[in-house]
This record gives sequence, C-alpha cells and structure tokens, in this order.
Amino acid sequence: MKLRTWIIWLAIVVLTVAPFWIASGPPAEPGHEAPAMFGGADERAQQAIGVVAPEYTPWFAPVFEPASGEIASLLFALQAAIGAGVIGFWLGAAVTRERAHKNAAVDSTNAD
Amino acid sequence: MHIMEGFLPPVHALGWAAASLPFLAFGLRRIGHTLQAHPEQRMLLGVAAAFAFLLSALKLPSVTGSCSHPTGIGLGALLFGPAAMVPVGFVVLLFQALLLAHGGLTTLGANVFSMAVVGPFVAYGVFCAAASLGCSRSLAVFLAACLGDLATYVTTSAQLAWAFPDAVGGVSASFLKFVGIFGLTQVPIAISEGLLTVLVVNAMARFNAHELRALPVMAMAQRKRA
Repeated sequence: MKLRTWIIWLAIVVLTVAPFWIASGPPAEPGHEAPAMFGGADERAQQAIGVVAPEYTPWFAPVFEPASGEIASLLFALQAAIGAGVIGFWLGAAVTRERAHKNAAVDSTNAD
Repeated sequence: MHIMEGFLPPVHALGWAAASLPFLAFGLRRIGHTLQAHPEQRMLLGVAAAFAFLLSALKLPSVTGSCSHPTGIGLGALLFGPAAMVPVGFVVLLFQALLLAHGGLTTLGANVFSMAVVGPFVAYGVFCAAASLGCSRSLAVFLAACLGDLATYVTTSAQLAWAFPDAVGGVSASFLKFVGIFGLTQVPIAISEGLLTVLVVNAMARFNAHELRALPVMAMAQRKRA
C-alpha cells in the first residue's frame, strides 16, 4: 500500500478513538438526567423533543422491536457483515483479475 | 439521523413521504437504464450499495460524547449519479425500520429525504463544483462525501425543528438545538466517511479503471486533470 493510504487509515482510526479521551459528557436537558456517555444521538434528539414539546406523544409504535440489546447488535452486525462481504468479494475478485492480467502479459512477452 | 417511529406528526410524516416518492421512482428508473446500458457496472453498483449498508451500521463515538453513524451514500452518488442512491438508501432505512426499530415506517419518508435525497444530491453537487474549480480527484471526493454526510444530519435537524418549534424561539431556536445534537456529533464522523470514500475510490480507480471511465462524473474529474 502507498504511504498516503496508510496515513488515511491512521487518520480514520485516530478520529474514531480520540473521542474516548477528549469527549466530555453530553449536556443534560433541563429536568432530565444527563444522557449516558456515548449513547446514540437519536436518543438525545428524542429527549430534546420531550423538552421542546412535552405534550407530544408518539402516535405509532415500531412493528417489531429487537427483544434485547444483544439481538439488536446481532442485527446490526448482520447488516455490516452483508456490506463487508460484498465489498470483500469485489476486492478479492479485482485483485485476482489484476494478477491474472499481469501473468498473461508476462506469458505473452515470454512467448515472443 | 433516524427520526424515531411515531416522532413526526402525521401531517409531516405524510408530507415527507410525498416529497420522497418521486425521487424514489426516478431513482429506480435511473438504475434500470444504467444497468441496461452498462451491465458490467452491476458489480460496482453492488459495492456502492454494500458501502452504504456497512457504514450505516457502524455507530461511531464522537467528540460530543454521543454516538452516530456515517451514511455511506456519497460514494454511489459520485459513481452513478445522485438519483441512483435514493432506492439504495431506501432499502437500508427500510431494513433498519423493520428489523431494528431504528427509524420507523411513519418517519421513513422524512429519513429517506434526508439520507437518500439530500445527502447524495449535495455530495454530487459538491463534487461537480470542486472538480470544476480544479481540485484533485481525491480532494473532490473527500469534500463531496464529507459534506453530503453532514447535509443529511442538518436536514434531519431542520425536519425536527419544523415539526417541534421552540415555545419561545420558534423554529430557528429549535433548529439550533437539534443541530447542536446531530450536526456537531457528526463532524468527525463525516470526516472519517470522506476519508474512507477516498480510499474506496482509489481502489476502484486501480482495479476498475475501465468501468470508471464509462461513469460520467469520474470522466469529468479526469478530463480536468489531463
């Protein structure tokens, strides 16, 4: 891999890991407990709605809810695995194809 | 950026669904045309969709102390045009709404509009602008994916602010509140998405140079460099 590719990977890892040290806890909404550290932004927004419009009640419930946090992470992992699997298949096929092209080029120059 | 099930008043929910529907229909037609004219691009379209699937499943920590996820929509928007990513984003959001109770069926229209309409169209627009200003391909791809991701979260904030205006400050005060939650959290994550998209495009340029040449957006950036 090129040096620049390594630097980009390093930057992504730093951007992802650095918050564990530099993040302060998310601010509490008035009248609510401070949200959990590294909870979802979606849940914080839900709490903010409760502050802006306390009288609002959701009028529709999810048709299916994962039975527990474990089941939810299973389904999220499944979603990521499907995506990563397809990307891995393409990358493997692409690398193999490039190698085959190179070998074919070498073979044809040898034959001449 | 998922607005939770039932968390938009019925009028808003219907309105956003009506706004997203024409884009979805147009996007489906575009994908059909593209694959008919260039069947060899099926693989790359699969990779673009897989990228969105993968990235939107990853909830990353951010400096605000909250977690949020990238969208992965920018890549496909640059390769196949923004309309093609509307059905892809729709499938991702439907999967999460039905199986994960993440987002929802009533808020699907609003979520599709922010992630699968605004995101790809902003990414595409930024890419065209950056390429015409003479930016290198990598810089243009980075800016497009990063700003497309951010635009999605700003849109979500605007949707929530419109539905739930602040009692004192109105829509704008409410918007600032939601942008403070979604927008700030998203900044480092959007940068990560931009960098990852650059890596994937570089890999495609190396392994699929032939197919990439046929894609209009990439051709434009290459002409600019030549």
